[in-house]
Amino acid sequence: MNATARDPVICNDWHPVAGCIDLPIGRVHSTVLLDTPIAVARRDEQTYLVWLDPEHRCRHHMPLDAAIIGPTLPATLRYGHLWTSIDEPRHPLFSLPEADEAGRRPCHPGSIGVHTGGLRAIENFLDLAHFPFVHTGILGAEPYTEVLDYTVTINDANEVVATECRFVQPQAALNATGAAEIHYIYRVPRPYTAILYKTCPLQPERFDVIALFVQPVTETRCIAHQWICILDSSSSEAALRQFQLTIFGQDKPILENHREKRLPLDPRAEMPVRADATSSAYRRWLAGLGVRYGTISASQQ
Amino acid sequence: MIRLYDYPMSGNCYKVRPLAAFLGIELALIPVDFYPGRAHRDAAFLAINPLGQIPVLEDGDLRLRDAQAILVYLAAKYDGTRTWYPSHPETMGKIGMWLAFAERITATASAARLHDAMQYDFDIERCRAEAHAALQILDEHLWFAEAGGAAWIATNDHPTIADIACFPYIMLSEEGGISREDYPAIRRWTDRVKGIKGFITMPGIFPR
Repeated sequence: MNATARDPVICNDWHPVAGCIDLPIGRVHSTVLLDTPIAVARRDEQTYLVWLDPEHRCRHHMPLDAAIIGPTLPATLRYGHLWTSIDEPRHPLFSLPEADEAGRRPCHPGSIGVHTGGLRAIENFLDLAHFPFVHTGILGAEPYTEVLDYTVTINDANEVVATECRFVQPQAALNATGAAEIHYIYRVPRPYTAILYKTCPLQPERFDVIALFVQPVTETRCIAHQWICILDSSSSEAALRQFQLTIFGQDKPILENHREKRLPLDPRAEMPVRADATSSAYRRWLAGLGVRYGTISASQQ
Repeated sequence: MIRLYDYPMSGNCYKVRPLAAFLGIELALIPVDFYPGRAHRDAAFLAINPLGQIPVLEDGDLRLRDAQAILVYLAAKYDGTRTWYPSHPETMGKIGMWLAFAERITATASAARLHDAMQYDFDIERCRAEAHAALQILDEHLWFAEAGGAAWIATNDHPTIADIACFPYIMLSEEGGISREDYPAIRRWTDRVKGIKGFITMPGIFPR
């Protein structure tokens, strides 16, 4: 059975398929979403197209030509990315009010393909404990390895939210000048989307926004689209991107090392080594939503 | 200071950084927004390297492109002990041979990684098959080298720039879907490279 056929929650959701920077006008961007080959293109400054390409006729970067455009899918441009759905979206795209806040700088560090299921990428993004070991000298350092207590709730919009997270970080952001205790809030508005709010080094009363939008390519492959909306006005675009890509590049082999690339939702699986409070809540929330794509349920194990 | 046009996710740029570290050379890193900015194809960068490739090294008036050429230069100029690029004709010949082999690894294993991670339109099955063919050649070479008492690709006792040139894209091969499971001699050798005093990592490569 087609893996998507059994999951209306994910099929009817919005998913990112390209960062705007990867869509030059008049060129085709060929990709796969939920096992479905699709093509994406920017016709002019304002018009974006997404269409089904079942026979994979569209090659990457070929010129856009009316003859190659297949049945179109919904397309929404938001948060530096183009979003689509392979079925009928049941909700509007999640809200991220900081995107429209004055004085913030949006930046798309890049979209990186990863040999793992997208839910694994989200779960790793929510994990504080790996900072000192994987992002040594940047997001963590020994001996500050302890994860202090924090609070995980489900908010009124049915999103997973972790608050009161704190961590000592040697270089929390590109514009940080030294180690500091950084406060984190995590928000998971949709199964394949996670947003992190973290103390801005130069304006500690405000938060930088760092988002991970994951494109589920198959159940075991994904493209991790990163997007940041931060209060750093002085760093160059190239330097900001490289800072974020360096961190993601450190996570990548960890993600790809999971033997099982789908996420087990059975609470008895993989406990308690990896799963901290946020990941337990995330897995329970996914099960409650009825998400099946990219997961292993108790009955499959 | 010596300047390196650099991108942290590039294995070819990374080749220069550990050698500089081993030799105690400080580098000024100039970030090139390779992906997603494609800055290596901008007119400004093409004026620096008309091939549109990173890394590029600048030392005074000298400007060098190509990671292998940069390794040759840094080792020949700044390694007073001449262990990284010995001035021994046979060894120099072998090093030249394996530097060219490193280019083969880039053309296959690195291409597979670019396909899988950065959506490059390459023939992925062919990239992987040719990468495996190259890995098999190196694995056999290292197996016989070990049997003869040699720890390194071109020498017995001390690593050379041939080891540095071949190391990164082998270590990153899994990102292109190329497993190293079948190459035990390569796995022992990569462990030895990681054990070199002063070894530094890049994103995707962990310390030993």
